[in-house]
Amino acid sequence: MKYILMMNCPKDGYDWFASLPKKDIQAHIAFMHSLNKSLRESGELVSTEGLADPKQAKIVRAGKDGAPVTDGVFPEAKEFLAGYWIVDVETPEQAYAIAARASAAPGPGGVPSNMPIEVRQVMSSAPTEWL
Amino acid sequence: MAVTPSDAQSEHRLRDLAPRVLGAIIRRFRDFANAEDAVQEALLAAAIQWPREGYPDNPQAWLIQVASRRMYDYKRTELARQRRETAASAELENLAPAAGIAIETDQDDTLILLFMCCHPALTPPSAIALTLRAVGGLTTAEIASAFLVPEATMAQRISRAKQSIKASGVPFRLPTNHERTQRLRAVLHVLYLIFNEGYTSSAGPQLQRFDLSDEAIRLTRAVHNLLPDDAEVAGLLALMLLTDARRAARTGGDGELIPLTKQDRTLWDREKIDAGLALLTATLPKGSVGAYQLQAAIAALHDEAARAEDTDWPQILALYDLLKRMSDNPMVMLNRAIAAAMVHGPSAGLDLLGALDADGRLTGHHRLDAVRAHLLELAGDHQAAIAHYRLAAGRTTSLPERNYLMTQAALLRETHRD
Repeated sequence: MKYILMMNCPKDGYDWFASLPKKDIQAHIAFMHSLNKSLRESGELVSTEGLADPKQAKIVRAGKDGAPVTDGVFPEAKEFLAGYWIVDVETPEQAYAIAARASAAPGPGGVPSNMPIEVRQVMSSAPTEWL
Repeated sequence: MAVTPSDAQSEHRLRDLAPRVLGAIIRRFRDFANAEDAVQEALLAAAIQWPREGYPDNPQAWLIQVASRRMYDYKRTELARQRRETAASAELENLAPAAGIAIETDQDDTLILLFMCCHPALTPPSAIALTLRAVGGLTTAEIASAFLVPEATMAQRISRAKQSIKASGVPFRLPTNHERTQRLRAVLHVLYLIFNEGYTSSAGPQLQRFDLSDEAIRLTRAVHNLLPDDAEVAGLLALMLLTDARRAARTGGDGELIPLTKQDRTLWDREKIDAGLALLTATLPKGSVGAYQLQAAIAALHDEAARAEDTDWPQILALYDLLKRMSDNPMVMLNRAIAAAMVHGPSAGLDLLGALDADGRLTGHHRLDAVRAHLLELAGDHQAAIAHYRLAAGRTTSLPERNYLMTQAALLRETHRD
């Protein structure tokens, strides 16, 4: 079963991260690198991506003639996707365990940040035959 | 040199040889992990060279020779490393291949390999991946794309599975009579899982995927040819054929699910149905009846009905009664409730669902909500049916299934505004 593990941040989350001391930033990056390597080697990683600053995000709608109409992100939104992992595991508990590892990524002063990770199952299982 | 066979034919023939070649190499070198890699490389070499340079007179001997050469390469590398580490020995010379390698090739090691790859020490995903590669002769890339994971991830999964086998110290031989039944059950379960995984490919997003159902049928047929008297092997093969026969009718043009009762039965594959029925007819009189045979018999009753309303539900209910006595599986109880509803009316089925609620094992499972919705619909309680269809839609993790359940709820809402 596949799960997506989503790491969210506030709109100014990237600025906050960039304002940390260099060694904290490096520790965080090294942590993520080694987490991804370990997930790849355990045969659990399907894909992972980090996303660009939410300030660059655009909301797109089809306008007249289907032409894109872009807009800034919703000002009232509090949470933005910063990055995600898709993992292929056998139980939801295994997905939660991986999410907990990601959540413990070091923050200021190298202390585990305990950031919230949203875990959702990916709809990819087989349908049953219907009578 | 014979006529060049078509690509599909030659690919199948090549893969049929994979377990035989692997068995021969393991016997000679006693090293499963490296032998498996060596055979993969030999198969790849054959896939490239044969179409270009012509097919060898003895493809199996060709593959064994190429794989053996690869094994000597591995051993040489290994020894060189050891020598660097320990400054040791002229052992390498003893490994020089004798002129014209003679390895017994008349043995079919498919079964031993299956027992090995489906060893209880492995998790089901590992066993599935290793079986498809070592016995099915598929490449890591093909297996990875079938399961929609990156090749590197699948390669690691396979290599860890091989390490587990090595660590568990399973000898390369058939299990003893004492453990044989258990172990064969594990093999059949892995083949059954591979077959079911094929369902995802026909209904999932539009991606090129290797056909796992076909592969499961091919491997199960190989086991059946080796153990023609085993009724459960025949039963599993029959179940796969009788289920797969409905494949073309199971989904519509937009990938939407079509329930059994609404399928265009002229699209069912008559040849597969006949093959499944013949297998069942040959094995049923042989005495002990197992769970796969019973499930195959139920599939056969569906396949034999020209129209949905011709389905022999009393017989299906009787078979579910037998299955229920054999295994304490809540899914069997759920399917039996549907059969009971078709024979005795929806309220009889709903009563049985009440027993399942009390049982608790299917609590929160979308299939229980969906069956309840279906039976409530049959009973004419449309509002409750809509509520349960929507509950089921919120709980399934299959996209086509969710779409089907939401559509059913919407349909009821629009046709019964009471």
